[in-house]
This record gives sequence, structure tokens and C-alpha cells, in this order.
Amino acid sequence: MTKTPLLGMASADRRLIWLAASALAVLAILPAFGSALAVDKLTYLFILIMFATMWNLLAGYAGLVSVGQQAFVGLGGYAMVRMVDAGLPPFPAIFIAALCTGVVAWAMSWFVLRMKAGEFAIATWVIAEAIRAMVSFDPIIQGETGTSITALNAYAPEMRRLTIYLLALATTALMVWGSWKLLQGRTGAEAQAIRDDEEAAASVGISTFQVKQRIYILASIGCAVAGTLWLASAITFQPRTGFGVQWSVFMLFMVLVGGIGTFIGPILGALLFFALQEIFGDFGAWYLAGVGIVAILFALYLPRGIVGLWLDKGRDEPLTMRKRLGI
Amino acid sequence: MTTGKIALLLVDAVGRHGQLQAVKSLSLSIAENEVVALIGANGAGKTTLMRMLAGLHPLAEGRLALFGNDVTALPAHDRVKAGIVLSPEGRRLFGDMTVRENLMIAAENGRRGDWTVATACDAFPQIVPLLDRPAGGLSGGQRQAVAIARALVANPSVLLLDEVSLGLSPAAVDGVYQSLAALRGRMTMVVVEQDLTRAMSFAERLICMAEGVLELDGNPAVLTREEITNAYFGIHKTTGASHA
Amino acid sequence: MLEALIQGILLGGYYAVLAAGLSLMFGVVRFINLAHGDMAVLGAMIALWFVQGVGLSVSLAIAVTLPAMAALGWLMQRLIFERALRGGFLIPILTTIGLGAALQNGMFGLFGSETKSLGAHIGGLSWASWELPGGIFLGQLPVYMFLTAIVVLGTLHLVLTRTAFGRAVRATATDADAAALCGIDARRVHRGAAAIAVALAGLAGIFLALRAQVTPFAGPMLLIFAFEAVVIGGIGSLRGTLLGGIALGVAQALGGLISPQFSILAGHVVFLTVLGWRMSQVAAADRGGWRSAYAALILKHKTAGGKR
Repeated sequence: MTKTPLLGMASADRRLIWLAASALAVLAILPAFGSALAVDKLTYLFILIMFATMWNLLAGYAGLVSVGQQAFVGLGGYAMVRMVDAGLPPFPAIFIAALCTGVVAWAMSWFVLRMKAGEFAIATWVIAEAIRAMVSFDPIIQGETGTSITALNAYAPEMRRLTIYLLALATTALMVWGSWKLLQGRTGAEAQAIRDDEEAAASVGISTFQVKQRIYILASIGCAVAGTLWLASAITFQPRTGFGVQWSVFMLFMVLVGGIGTFIGPILGALLFFALQEIFGDFGAWYLAGVGIVAILFALYLPRGIVGLWLDKGRDEPLTMRKRLGI
Repeated sequence: MTTGKIALLLVDAVGRHGQLQAVKSLSLSIAENEVVALIGANGAGKTTLMRMLAGLHPLAEGRLALFGNDVTALPAHDRVKAGIVLSPEGRRLFGDMTVRENLMIAAENGRRGDWTVATACDAFPQIVPLLDRPAGGLSGGQRQAVAIARALVANPSVLLLDEVSLGLSPAAVDGVYQSLAALRGRMTMVVVEQDLTRAMSFAERLICMAEGVLELDGNPAVLTREEITNAYFGIHKTTGASHA
Repeated sequence: MLEALIQGILLGGYYAVLAAGLSLMFGVVRFINLAHGDMAVLGAMIALWFVQGVGLSVSLAIAVTLPAMAALGWLMQRLIFERALRGGFLIPILTTIGLGAALQNGMFGLFGSETKSLGAHIGGLSWASWELPGGIFLGQLPVYMFLTAIVVLGTLHLVLTRTAFGRAVRATATDADAAALCGIDARRVHRGAAAIAVALAGLAGIFLALRAQVTPFAGPMLLIFAFEAVVIGGIGSLRGTLLGGIALGVAQALGGLISPQFSILAGHVVFLTVLGWRMSQVAAADRGGWRSAYAALILKHKTAGGKR
């Protein structure tokens, strides 16, 4: 007897997965029909989903509330600039750069993961700032001015747009699927045990450091891929934007509003954030101030986000991890 | 010795720690100026009950009245101002502050009344030389004396003392009980005491808890040792309702 | 070199004021306010509005702004932070990040993005200086600000050690339950501490506007500086905060001798080094052996100085 993984799932969950699969198929052929603007916007949406999913792994599952994920966005962008400058073709460079970022995250993890929660949040931020300062010393970056990834101009604009779109779509699907697998597996169970009670988890032999480290490195690579794709679509690299704390603020907003520590929440949060930006983005600063106020209201009155609202009505969490992990 | 007025009235009080009921639907009435010793094995719910009376632990169900006024909803600091003061388990002195500061804090934030830092020093002359020392460096007996003095300067009408003699030398215990004896007739006292002999000689009423319920309540002069021991281990009443 | 050192020390007074509020919130209320830097900018903006919009003199504007900031801190604690504190450590971080975003962009919407300064309103004081022997010029404004910082922190120290309110603050910070059993209302203490903390942030913001410029988006960087000073100096003691501020100021001033960008990086490096060193002490204490004995010696020495 062969067992498909979909068996044993709630029928609503099965429907969701089919929906996601068909959405993926539609999105894959969409550039053939959609306008260049739609393709660009969807690329941005995919990047947001990646950010939200990665930050949720960190904060929602490993309990690591990082305000410094921009370190990996900026570092990925910088590594790509350097590699392209050294003659590497830009698209493979995106992924090699992200892997290099993972090495930096591995090195950093020995330091930051030993900190208490509050220290961790601030120290990751300070490290991002320190890396930004160091990166802007590199003459190729020209200080705060930044640089263009001119090698990307070698491609026809349509070709470049399409490639980035498809890469973003593929990596998004990969990250969502990968985090699903990760959380379903041993790491997910261990991470939730740590999040619920770190001492108890340690006492039953879970290496809390290793689990956190694994998730920290994976989330950092994920953020680097997403960030570097974004920089590739923008073609320019500026330390101020690449290392801007707004990336972490966006991640936090999406995860909080969607539902922290749930699988589907960050994706919903990213969709909502994207929609808000499309509708109110023209209001500029006032829109961002509104985003801040919405974040406060969610944190104070709806800390479990939209998914929490859904659960409060007595419905099951879509694609829940809790049941599967026996929690 | 009591006036007949009811100082504390607890009705059907339930205290929970998560799923666990540490205090199970407990009712209790204590008269003004009565001196009560609360005994029971570890985990019987004594400390939870004391914390519920002081307002540190919420009543999941039931009511608490102080001299006829409902104080169930009052948080701990307001109960101090109403006259219920607890000296908690472990004394909980502010270790990096001086003894004088510890006393001043209670005097400044508690009720006004006869007890001041000066009168407390008269009642506990042994703390006078300690006044300017940090409370963290005191011996067990000294810490207990300061803790009781600190509770007194808040001018309680009901004084709750958790684990009075725990961790003290026999000589220090004698000293503490001598001081407490001087307070008879001036306030209601509820004392948690592990030493049965001590509890029986000091209190005019003995209450024994086991598994969150009152097992025994009576005059220590009348109760037999056996009755108390049985109650202590919850032997004779463990049938039926006490297991929820 | 010597001039940079002196400038760094004087700058430290400003950082210490900025950091003291953050440290007070962390030590007493156990609340990490990630919008602390934005509060400082808000204080500067309000003072600027009183000067430029209403036409008050600078000193009068300061005298009005600080109580307003204190009231704002009280309200923030009452309406936002108290509720956030019930949600563990995650919710305060999320809430104050949101607050920061709202403040930054709200100020941008109200006041625009151009840099503003109070420097133009204090006449010659912005550039007046004393000449010391050896050809070193000592700016008068930085000296006055440093002295103000010392007076403010000294007063705060006296309030915390000598008044009933201060005792209540320290008692609550040490053991909130025991404080409640002495009749102290922790919420009132917390609101008082938040009022002081936000007023201190406002004063720091005004300092910044006096000696340089402010923009609506300066807050996050100020928060980082405040944190660096707090961590370098050790949480919970005002003297430590002052020393931490001075250490940060000196690091930045000396780094600035190399290049302007290096100035801020030097501060970050000192912060990360101190944080790492302190963690290694704790780790060593856990590990046992000679390391633990060595660490215990140092940590004991540390905790004896300030309150934990």
C-alpha cells in the first residue's frame, strides 16, 4: 500500500493544498498574459511571503525575536554585488551570495544565540548596523550612494523581469514547502517544545542551541535570497535601503497580523500587507504611521492575529502544526 | 480574648494553579484578635491560602470579607491599606536596601496607626543595631524579626505570617514567638507553623489543611495528638467529595 | 586627540541622559521600549514647535516640553505599556516597534523631512568656546549640556535613594510581590517611572536639537546609542549609565578621528565587545573550574556595585 502524504489530513486542509498547487500553476504561466507592472508587483508579493515565512520560523517557532534580519538582506545584496563584480553571472550569484550569508549567520549564531531575548533583539540590530557601516567602507559601494548592478542591464528588461519573477515564485514555493517539511519533522517538534518550555525541552535531551542555530541559519539564508531578489529587481544596492530596519519591521508586521506561530498566518499577513500597500501606499508616511498603529492594536488586542480570530470562532487552524505534532 | 466581631470571613474560596486546585471550596471565619495556627503537610495549600488572603493569588471562586467589607476584588496593595498584611514565606526583604529602608517602605505605603519605625524598634530592640545594614546580609533570625517588624509598621488589623520558624535556630524561634506573644489582643494573627508543639502552645485555635481542604478546626487544648496527626495526613476524611 | 577625548566625555553626558530613561524602564518596569529614541525625537520636535511655531524662548520651551513629555510617558504606560506587559516579552517588542513606526512617520507627516535644529535660536552659544592652555577649544554649549546631564542624573539618583517614591521604585524593581505586601501599588510606580523615562528621553532629544540636527527618522539610531550606553555601563545603576554614556561618547569621538563613518562603528564595536565579554563571564560561571571562580569574582564585584 502506498500512502500519499495528503491522506489523514482534514479535508479543508487538502482543499487548501490543491488550491495552493493550482495557484502556483496559474502564477507560473501568468507572465505570458499579465502586464509588466503586474509581474513586478507579484514579484514583490512573493518576496514579502518569503520574508514573513522566514521571520515566523525565527520568532514563531524558535522564539528568536530578531530586529536584525536586515543584516542578511543587505549582506546578500552586498555579496552579490561583489560576486558580479568578480565576473560571476548575476542570477547564480543571487544564490551563492545567500549561501555566503548563511556562513556569516552561522558565525554570528555562536554569539547572538547565547543572549537573552531582549539583548538578542537589540544586538542583532546593532550587528546589522555594524555590518552596514563596514560594507559602506568598501570603495565599490561608494559609501551611502550605493552602486548599480550593471551586469543585470546586459539582459533585456522583459527577460530580466521574467527571470526574477520565476525565481521568486520558485523560491517562495520552495521556502513555504520547506518550512512545512521542517516544522512537520523533528526540528519543528523540538522548536515548539523549546518555545513552550525551554528548560523542560533541555531536560529531555533536546539541544536547544542546535535547534535554534539550525532555524537561525535557514531563516537568514531565506531572508538573504528574498532580499537579494528584491535588490536584483531594483538593480541598485544602497546600504541604507539594504540594511534598513524597515525590513524587520515589515516582517514583524506581517507575521503579527497574520498570526505568529501558525503556518498559514504569515502568508495571510503578507497578502494583507501587500493589499494595504497597494491601496494606501500613496499616502506615504501617513500610511506607514497607520501600519504602526495597526501593529500596536494587533499586539495589544489580537496578539494571535487573523488566524487567532479564526480560532476564536471555534474553527480549526488551517494546516495546523499542533495536531500533527501531538501538542 | 476575642471581641466576637468577625475579622476575616472566607466563603467557598477556590485557589487554582493552572488546572490544579490548591484550595478547594474553603470557608473559614476568624474572629477579631483571634490567634490562629495553620498547619498541614507540604502541598496542603497553606501558602496558597495565605496568598489568597493577602491578595497575591486570585480567588477563582468565592468571596473574602474583612470586618464585613468585601475585599475579594482588592489587589494586594489595597488589602494592606485595608488592614491585611502578609509576611511571606522566605521573608522577602529588599536585600540591597537597609533595614531602615525596608521598614520605611512599609510605613510609608501601609496604613497609618500606632506602629511606626520607632515603636517597631521598641518592640524588636534586636533590630536597632541593624538599622543601617543592608537587609541581604542578616542572619535568619534577624531577617524574620525585620520581616515581622516590617509587617507591623503597615499597621495591620489582620497579620498573616507564613512559615514563621522555617530555617531558624531554636533560640531564634523562641525570640520570634516571644515578640509575637506581645501582640496578642492587639490584632488578629494567622500563623503558618510546621512545628506542631509550637503551634499548639502558641495558638488558641488550630486549623489543619490537607489537599486543599480544612481537615480539622478546633481548640488545641481540647484536640488530641492523634486527631491532629490523622488530619495532618488527611486520613479519615479522604472519602468521597474531597477528591474532585 | 586630547580634544576628541574631551569632546567624547562631554558627549557622554548626552548619551547618559538618553540611556537613563531606557535603563529605568528596563530595570523598574521590566519593559524594553524600542520607541525610546523616537520619544527623544518627539521631545525635540515639540520643543522646536514651541520655539518656531509658538514663539517661546528656548528655555521656556524646554520648561514646557519636559512636563508634557512626562505626562505623555504616564499616559503611554497607562494606555499601552501596561497592557503590553501582560503578553510576555514578545508583545512589548512588537508594540513598541509599531509605536516607533507610528511616531516616525507621524512626525514626518506633521513636520516634514528636513533637518531641524534649535542651534539657530540660542545665539552665539552654539559656537562660543573657551580656549584652554595648549590651544584646545572647549565648546561652551557641550560643557553646559554635560553639567546639566550631571545635575539631572544626580537629582534622579537622590530621588531614587532618598524619597518615599524612590524607595517604592527600588522596592518594586527588586521584588514586586513583596512591594505589594508593603502596600505599594506597582502600577503607580510604573507610571511614575515611565513619566520620568520619557521626560529624560525628551531632554536628550532637546540636547540633540541644540548641538546638532534632528530628523523624524533619527529615533532608531538614538535607541541603539541608548542601548549601547546601558549595556556598556551595566543595567540598573545611574553611575554605570553615566560611565557607559561617556565610554560610548569617547569611543565615537576617537573613532571619528579616523572617519565620520568609523565614529559610529567604533561605538558598535565597543558595545558588542562588552556584551560578548559579559556573556563569556556568565558562560564561564556555568562551566565550573577555575573559569567559574574567576568569573564569580568579577560578577560578584559587579553586582556589589549596582543593584541587580
